[in-house]
Amino acid sequence: MHELGIVFYIIRDVKQAAEQNGVEHVSAVVMNIGEVSTVVPEYLSDCWRWAADKEEMLKGCELKIRTVPAITHCDGCGGQYSTVRYGKKCPHCGSDDTWLLQGREVEIKEIEVI
Amino acid sequence: MDKVKVIEIKKSVFADNDRDADSLRSYLKAKGVYLLNLMSSPGSGKTTTLIRTINLLKDKLRIAVMEADIDSDVDAVKIKEATGIQSIQLHTGGMCHLDAEMTRQGLDNVMLEGVDLVILENVGNLVCPAEFDTGAVRNAMILSVPEGDDKPLKYPLMFSVCDLVIINKMDVLPYFNFDLEKCREYVRMRNPKARVIPICALSGEGVEAFADWLLEEVAKWKQ
Repeated sequence: MHELGIVFYIIRDVKQAAEQNGVEHVSAVVMNIGEVSTVVPEYLSDCWRWAADKEEMLKGCELKIRTVPAITHCDGCGGQYSTVRYGKKCPHCGSDDTWLLQGREVEIKEIEVI
Repeated sequence: MDKVKVIEIKKSVFADNDRDADSLRSYLKAKGVYLLNLMSSPGSGKTTTLIRTINLLKDKLRIAVMEADIDSDVDAVKIKEATGIQSIQLHTGGMCHLDAEMTRQGLDNVMLEGVDLVILENVGNLVCPAEFDTGAVRNAMILSVPEGDDKPLKYPLMFSVCDLVIINKMDVLPYFNFDLEKCREYVRMRNPKARVIPICALSGEGVEAFADWLLEEVAKWKQ
């Protein structure tokens, strides 16, 4: 439900980057979205279509989403594992002493220009 | 086919907001104003808790409240009538959260001179407000008994960004399948440093613990 707000941030940053690079129209925006970022890719795409088409520079611009897998690191045994599958508790040693290595990204990776 | 040119950006969508939040915090530090971001689900008892707490503290601290909602000013009016303190309403224009820039604009409408503590009552929602740093010194959240003890498992980010978890509506505990010890354990899993304070805002039980926490926090911030 916060995807539209995030889309407005993306639009602001993309327009800024395009202007800095002297680009008049952006054909695609590539996003890195972490598996546990709380952003739902389908909603993000829907909100993107609605909002981007209202901007001259982004009319028809495609939003490409690359999923970043969520990986948790365990300080108990030094191992790593899939956060989505196992959650907080390390499946190797049972420790709760774990932290998220990656997977919360909501990042503009690059823009494509034809 | 036309050749595609790729321009690398590699920038977090939250980067600008994080920077705005840090600069707001520095501004508040210089002014000696403590900002608390209070979050929860709709109907957890934020406004009732605030009224109780403010009435306990208003002789010791100068307090102002910013109420953020999608629409209406019922909460701001309620707080003002019940406590007499400065209370303003922010409208998020349909947005499900406040960001640092919106918080700063809200603060522009608060008379900050002499104010020690500003409490921001964020939009009732356990997902979006957790994503956006408002520039507050601390985040706190209220979880009410009817919502269930498993909420820290379902909304991990909210519980990992909060320094204080208030558990409200303790008076209805006998009627719900809510295990306080289990809830404490789930909160600890998300954030080992978070403090948990059980209260009943309606009767006022436990509210002094929250008021004392605020007094300590404000004193530390002003040092």
